[in-house]
Amino acid sequence: MEKGTTLVKRGMAQMQKGGVIMDVANVEQAKIAEAAGAVAVMALERVPSDIRAAGGVARMSDPAMIEQIMAAVTIPVMAKARIGHLVEARVLEAVGVDYIDESEVLTPADDTYHIDKTAFEVPFVCGCRDLGEALRRIGEGASMLRTKGEPGTGNIIEAVRHMEKVNEQIAQVQAAQPNQLMTIARDLRAPYDLVKYVHENGKLPVINFAAGGVSTPADAALMMNLGADGVFVGSGIFHSENPEKFAKAIVAATAHPTDYALIAEVSKNIGKPMKGIEMATLSDDQKMASRGV
Amino acid sequence: MIVGVLNLQGAVSEHVDMLAQCQVEAKLIKKVGDLTGIDGIIIPGGESTVIYKLLVQEQLLDPLKKLIHAGFPVFGTCAGLVLLTQPKAFGVLKAEVVRNGFGRQKDSFEQAISVAGFDAPFHGVFIRAPYLTAVDESVTVLATIDDDKVIAAQYEHTLVTAFHPELTGDTRFHEKFIRLIEKRQDFFSPNA
Repeated sequence: MEKGTTLVKRGMAQMQKGGVIMDVANVEQAKIAEAAGAVAVMALERVPSDIRAAGGVARMSDPAMIEQIMAAVTIPVMAKARIGHLVEARVLEAVGVDYIDESEVLTPADDTYHIDKTAFEVPFVCGCRDLGEALRRIGEGASMLRTKGEPGTGNIIEAVRHMEKVNEQIAQVQAAQPNQLMTIARDLRAPYDLVKYVHENGKLPVINFAAGGVSTPADAALMMNLGADGVFVGSGIFHSENPEKFAKAIVAATAHPTDYALIAEVSKNIGKPMKGIEMATLSDDQKMASRGV
Repeated sequence: MIVGVLNLQGAVSEHVDMLAQCQVEAKLIKKVGDLTGIDGIIIPGGESTVIYKLLVQEQLLDPLKKLIHAGFPVFGTCAGLVLLTQPKAFGVLKAEVVRNGFGRQKDSFEQAISVAGFDAPFHGVFIRAPYLTAVDESVTVLATIDDDKVIAAQYEHTLVTAFHPELTGDTRFHEKFIRLIEKRQDFFSPNA
């Protein structure tokens, strides 16, 4: 019997396809998310928009809070570690979470190196803005990717940019000649063998969810139309007027992203989404996506 | 022959790829109308709680349940096994199902499994996998772990595995399912 293999780590993420992973800050929210049809919950003390508002250093959540959520739901539970903070990641592994998000939403612990994720039995998800970043994270052992978007803004534009960029670059690598791959690897600053994989298969070797700014059912369906394998919703649910209705509507829209009559139906009278932030009003040091590239 | 793959949530494309390897046409099933023209259906791995909710929302549960109880061929992996067993879902296998029976993701594992009727072991990929217990004698047990945890079984035209053949590239379970469909077609064919 072998545990923590690449196949079971990547396979776990494959089982989440077409689903919605919801940020939850307590047991009550976790139960609402599960009842609404989340495929997993991300346990964290504050959702990204609250982290933004609070300022200061954002760290791993209290393990007791994560354990309470693990005990309250039967779906997988994920939790966030700071970029490069291998001890936070080891602590989360010891707690027994099902997936670790090495996340730019928290304050990075290391601005040079990410965690060596191949050394863990627990799978990791990481954010990416382009193909080079995606392949570097896979090279470090990430079993799942997500767009970085711009967390806690309720503004979908950055997630759209990142998903389009990755898919555009995949198409370019696939169309390239074999003799161009080494130069492409150099330019992308990506491992050659992974560039070769993309060239041969026309896709990433792991699944890629949308994250960072998804706040309405239509946003979720938009990301699925752009090729996302599924959706993370951070602040979008529990900062909306009616989290239960919002959560259910986002699940339905993610499962049926081209059924526009259905999306219209589930979007009716669900109350106001989170307020959101226009990108131009964020200064560079307020942007989380540029952390850990 | 056209085999449907339930496309509400989970590892759908992996099953479509396996069917392509078996040279069988696949059809994605999202709505009741999609059920027309298929000869069997695969219920993939995913989150069984989510697939169940979406089956109910789409009003797919009852029509599909009726079909399956009338002998329509169905193959369920992992979450598919859970749904085919749970009485509130399809309830076609008479057994009890233990969800996440082997534990959380940290307990997910790979192991070679001996399967009744297969010459060589099958590489089992178990991800937060369920198992069956208290299996009725009408159900044929195909594989077990720890002697009493049933991880592959068959009841008439229903085939289930607790693990994920669709992640391995080994088509033997999919071929077995295709043969089940063919046998049933012979039976119903007016020329048989």
